[in-house]
Amino acid sequence: MNKEIQRLSGRRNKMNMCEVQFEQMNVVIVGHVDHGKSTLIGRLLADTGSLPKGKLEEIKDRCLRNARPFEYAFLLDALKDEQSQGITIDTARSFFKSQKRDYIIIDAPGHIEFLKNMITGAARAEAALLVIDAAEGIRENSRRHGYMLSLLGIKNITVCVNKMDLVAYRQEIFDEIKTQYSKFLEEINLEANNFIPISAREGQNIISLSKQMSWYHGNSILQQLDSFRKSAPKDEQPFRMPVQDIYKFTAQGDDRRIVVGRVESGTISVGQEVIFFPSQKRSKIKSIESFNTTAKKETFAGQSTGVCLETQIYISPGELMCRAQEGNLPHINSKIRTNLFWLGKQPFVKEKIYKLKIATQQVPVVLSEIVNVMNAAELSKSAKAHIDRHEVAECVLETLKPVAFDNVNMIPETGRFVVVDNYEIAGGGIILSPVFDNQSSLKQHINKREFEWERSAITPENRAFKYQHKSALIVITGQIDTGKQRIAKALEEKLFNMGKFTYFLGISNRLSLSSSELKDKTLVKFEHIQQLGELSHILTDAGLILITSITDIDDSDLDTLRFLNNPNKTLVVNVGENRFSSEKIDLNLVENEESQLAVNKIVDLLVKSVVLDPEYFI
Amino acid sequence: MNKTMDKLDNLEAQSVFILREAYREFKSLVMLWSIGKDSTVLLWLARKAFLGHVPFPLVHVDTSFKISEMIAYRDKLALQWKLNMIYGQNKATLDAKKTFPAGAIDRISCCKALKTEALRHTLAGDWPRYRLNHSTGKYELDTNTEPYTGVIVGVRADEEGSRSKERYFSPRDRNNDWDIGDQPPELWNQFKTDFAPGTHLRIHPLLDWTELNIWEYIDRENIPITSLYFDQGEGKRYRSLGCYPCTFPVESTAKNVKEIVAELRTGKFANIAERSGRAQDKEDGGGLETLRRDGYM
Repeated sequence: MNKEIQRLSGRRNKMNMCEVQFEQMNVVIVGHVDHGKSTLIGRLLADTGSLPKGKLEEIKDRCLRNARPFEYAFLLDALKDEQSQGITIDTARSFFKSQKRDYIIIDAPGHIEFLKNMITGAARAEAALLVIDAAEGIRENSRRHGYMLSLLGIKNITVCVNKMDLVAYRQEIFDEIKTQYSKFLEEINLEANNFIPISAREGQNIISLSKQMSWYHGNSILQQLDSFRKSAPKDEQPFRMPVQDIYKFTAQGDDRRIVVGRVESGTISVGQEVIFFPSQKRSKIKSIESFNTTAKKETFAGQSTGVCLETQIYISPGELMCRAQEGNLPHINSKIRTNLFWLGKQPFVKEKIYKLKIATQQVPVVLSEIVNVMNAAELSKSAKAHIDRHEVAECVLETLKPVAFDNVNMIPETGRFVVVDNYEIAGGGIILSPVFDNQSSLKQHINKREFEWERSAITPENRAFKYQHKSALIVITGQIDTGKQRIAKALEEKLFNMGKFTYFLGISNRLSLSSSELKDKTLVKFEHIQQLGELSHILTDAGLILITSITDIDDSDLDTLRFLNNPNKTLVVNVGENRFSSEKIDLNLVENEESQLAVNKIVDLLVKSVVLDPEYFI
Repeated sequence: MNKTMDKLDNLEAQSVFILREAYREFKSLVMLWSIGKDSTVLLWLARKAFLGHVPFPLVHVDTSFKISEMIAYRDKLALQWKLNMIYGQNKATLDAKKTFPAGAIDRISCCKALKTEALRHTLAGDWPRYRLNHSTGKYELDTNTEPYTGVIVGVRADEEGSRSKERYFSPRDRNNDWDIGDQPPELWNQFKTDFAPGTHLRIHPLLDWTELNIWEYIDRENIPITSLYFDQGEGKRYRSLGCYPCTFPVESTAKNVKEIVAELRTGKFANIAERSGRAQDKEDGGGLETLRRDGYM
């Protein structure tokens, strides 16, 4: 064994001297609790000579003092908590080297309570070793973790049948587990690269082949790791850059308006046309910005970058930048079919609004339909009304604003999501496909609302004749400090003096009694739009010309407002720079337009839209 | 053009991504700058992320036991890079001279007082903060006493056991306590960026870097670094910088960045902990872990 170490580290040192950088690979070790994951890592570290000097002796000495038998697992359990409980509670990372590359080994906890830690570890990995105890056989988390690996999209998987020493290194035990587990993997559309019989405690088949198991002629663990392939470069795929932010450091004397993000796939060059999803705004790449590098003409998958655009278009963080002249553009939809796992302390339920994050997009979402809930332990499917903690399910989610995404098998980075509940990442999953149907939760809500609404004998026409105008919602929008409120108030005064039944609703962003400080800002904003829409519907139903001013909303917010105010009329006036699609706006005013001029234009609009039907003036 | 990302490219891209996430989501954000190699690389990465700017304050906890060269280097870069530079310290303890070794207290208690306590109160804004005035080059009492709740820190997972369990985004409660058993999941570059009011957050963009990566990057980017890391002709250099009573140099003849990279590549220190020159780590079974639970960086 020692000779092997010397040979390994000797060769590495020589290679280190001549090679500048080594390839790196993240490997996660998963499996049921007590099946020997930490022991396997401890062995790998010790047998490849990767431990700090004195570490092994230090731990052995500590065990001796505490009258506990030494275990390789203790090497990893660096934290006091863990040693007292004797289980891994988090994903410790450790580093070791082979002749081929540097490894970062992630030890994922096998205990069910720590599933979120297991996922945290495994999601970073490019390869996985799944450990099964030869004596105990396949257990609940052997299957659950296998399923998680498939959900997390890890392609390199090797199953290590550990503790072969406890079954006298018998081949038939290994073969039986191999057969059973292969069958299971097949059911979940997964395939292992290899099955290796090992004894981590005794160091068998770890860095070299075991003499105890002469019947086995495959790879040792170390050989297997070295045979894993890195995933193919993503720069040839369709271009996707989720927008992280838009920077303008004007105060520092920098006039660049830089759209930043990480390129998840594909390549883009200066001069090429881009489309942002879901807004579908277009522009061209003017420059690629970076600090302390030579000027760049293109940027590609993996890079955190920044671009300036040729035209000034307004996009917000979360949008997906794609290349116009390229096939396979992302989907824009509100309903998605997914496979997800749930980690939240509270179950995932219908009729509650959560937040969905796909790449850098953040949108409100509801659980629309549960297709089936998988029992991870046995992988049987059942129908359920909600999804409990640690369950895996196929379900349909409905976002309350359209989102841009890809199917996971197309581009994984933009085909995955997490669900946030009460500030915590409570679930995650993969997008199988968009779901096209006409049923939206907003539509259902309005159908229900209209069905239950008890109306009097006084018709909208009666009211219009009485008040000498039709009802309408006038939304005055635009950026902060553009004079929206001033114009809104002047309009109210003008209409009032004309004898119209009108009201200016001067609320900025808080309608309900619940303190919005205690809620997610994405959800608070959506809730505000919803409440404003409902309130508008009541007041316009009563025959009012309702005027409100609102800032920081987008196309889809306007759609929601219009939808909720149905069947009554909604007119949108934008003040200042127009950041909306042109068809969403009924009238554009310049920034800080003089009140009287603005009011006249809006009154004109009202006449044209037959709100102030000339007939009623008589 | 070669469209491959090497190890340093990947590390840089990930750190930049994390910094940008932090900047988008947190308003009262600061970066800790200990003047050492790691946090100086972190500062450089901020300039990368924000295209030459550093759009948040840098906080240095001055124990007054830092080697004087470090302070000179700090102020030189702060002026040159137009940094919003702030420092704080535990004045009461320093005035009372209750420090190691003169004040008859042990190293851990000294660390707690001069670093942990000073940091906690400097971030909270209830102890004086001093801000660099770029026109005079002097520090002035800062009138802004708003608490900083998002703190970017340059810890690395390979430094020692407790740091290997950190998340990129790691929430702490109001007392800066770290609940190691109940940390948020992180997957697919989705981090915990939603938080209840009052949550304090540590952000760790350097988690995946190793000591060698740091030096390779300093070399590649030509980042100015304090000369204390280099052998000045005595066959000794600092591998990790701290207060002078508790920091000891290692045997080395590396006189510049390239020589340090070469030295680390030979594996000379592979089996010696990087912080082995930091005496407070050894005071009890888990000195650094005890300190970190209390908010030590």
